[in-house]
Amino acid sequence: MIKTALERTGFAAAVVAIFTFSVFPLYWALITSWQKGSEVYTVRYLPSAISWANYRAVFIEQSFGHNLVNSALVAAGTVGVSLALSVFAAYGLGRVRFRGRMLLLFTILGASMFPQIAVLSGLFELIGWMGLYNRLPGLVLAYLIFTLPFSVWVLTIFMQRLPREIEEAALVDGASPRVVVLRILVPLVRPAMVTTGLLAFIAAWNEFLFALTLTLTDRARTVPVAISLITGASQYELPWGRVMAASVIVTVPLVLLVLVFQRRIVSGLILGGVKG
Amino acid sequence: MDSNSKPNVRRAVRVTAGAGLERWRVRTAWVFLAPTLAVLALVAGWPLLRTAMLAFTDAYLSRMAEARWVGLENFRWLLTDGDWWRSVQNTIVFTVASVSVQFVLGLGAALVLNVRFAGRGLLRAVVLIPWAIPTVVSARMWRWMYHDVYGVFNDLGLRSGLLAQPVAWLADDTTAMAAIVVADIWKATPFMALLLLAGLQAIPPGLYEAARVDGVGRLNAFVYITLPLLKPAILVALIFRTLDALRVFDLIYVMTSNAVSTASMSVYARQQLIDFQEMGYGSAVSLMIFFVIAVFVAAYVTAMRASLVEEG
Repeated sequence: MIKTALERTGFAAAVVAIFTFSVFPLYWALITSWQKGSEVYTVRYLPSAISWANYRAVFIEQSFGHNLVNSALVAAGTVGVSLALSVFAAYGLGRVRFRGRMLLLFTILGASMFPQIAVLSGLFELIGWMGLYNRLPGLVLAYLIFTLPFSVWVLTIFMQRLPREIEEAALVDGASPRVVVLRILVPLVRPAMVTTGLLAFIAAWNEFLFALTLTLTDRARTVPVAISLITGASQYELPWGRVMAASVIVTVPLVLLVLVFQRRIVSGLILGGVKG
Repeated sequence: MDSNSKPNVRRAVRVTAGAGLERWRVRTAWVFLAPTLAVLALVAGWPLLRTAMLAFTDAYLSRMAEARWVGLENFRWLLTDGDWWRSVQNTIVFTVASVSVQFVLGLGAALVLNVRFAGRGLLRAVVLIPWAIPTVVSARMWRWMYHDVYGVFNDLGLRSGLLAQPVAWLADDTTAMAAIVVADIWKATPFMALLLLAGLQAIPPGLYEAARVDGVGRLNAFVYITLPLLKPAILVALIFRTLDALRVFDLIYVMTSNAVSTASMSVYARQQLIDFQEMGYGSAVSLMIFFVIAVFVAAYVTAMRASLVEEG
């Protein structure tokens, strides 16, 4: 398809442009994070000396490690509960024909499209009543509003495609539906579960508004909120070196996760077409 | 296994009984769906209902017990608030600008990624990076790049002579929205590119072969073969991204906080609800936003239903 030298150069230029566009802000954050103290105030395009002072400060002075643990626990909890519930729901929606099935499926999907702000006041009250304010389980519960519908949607599609015979044979042998789902169908949809799990993990990890509203102290504070709170009294006092160090700390594992599971994530995104 | 054998035999008999099977399966389906539905009713259904209830009161966070019914008063006030209309305008400008540019860039990237070349896999992975970074983090990164004194954009602009003096990108009303839109484009283009790439890869290469044999130029092939066949993917991508853009909160809040010149509808609503503690009024605003989004969701569901019916 690419023939002439001009086209080849043009194409190469496009590839470089796409690469630079995608990576530059992260690169810039990395450079900034390696600059010590007031060095940050000189603009440098290549790293001159690498200092880890900002990283140390972020962990020691901001209890960032605690925030990372919180985020990991909440994200893992959200994924666990979502998958557990949606696997069974997907069986019901994907393998059994009943009246109102399509309507139910779209209603569930619709729940994930609520603007977060529309449920914020009610959710705030609810979490308070349940005694889960400023507690990690409270966040897990709140996050189900968007991870659950998405998981149900993707797993339903996968369950629909599985052949009937496997299930029929097991049922005739006297297996309970619970066993059919857990022992037979789950292994078959495991790739889809991994994909949904990954996307749900990333969504829960990145979530900001609910985490900002439903937590108060470092006891339950997650990473996005912690980063937004690294501030000074005015714009000129923002410790940019530290902010960038925190950003890099958060981003690198995510980027690695994405690079490793690239194929799965892409197919999951396309299938679900849901916000990342 | 002995304690299980009797129910198993009963079930097996029921299963092979035929007519009873369907009813039993439907019941099982509902039982399996119950926990999911219960959770969603609790975390999505109830709060939405509560917001709807609060929207017609003058509730105030620290004096919830004194809330009185005020009918449509909140909505009347909302329609006269200049800040609200500014936020609506901001949201629409943001949505139109971001989604359209995302689409063009995403299509370009998808076309590039559709070509087989060395390093394609790596590029596709790299393209995902902006998407993977938490919005809050990218908002901070971009704020740093937009810094009026030490920011890289000002530095590059001054060095290259494009700028006579540093620009306060986020503080200046005329540039703030554009600056935020650029950051959103950066973050959202990967998703757009991937959806479009999937659509491109679904087009049978045989069509292009036939076109080439017939002497159809590449541009014509793009317009008359690629675009029409890509339409379903484009539709899905545009609707989803529009829905997301209308709901924008994180990016704008972290970059420019509650500034009126850039606040989106969600930023305005949250400020009323949390900062001003106006539970009643804030809920009315939230409800209004919900209805605006619901209209778009209805459009999306209709489009999806149509395509699902086609797939059979």
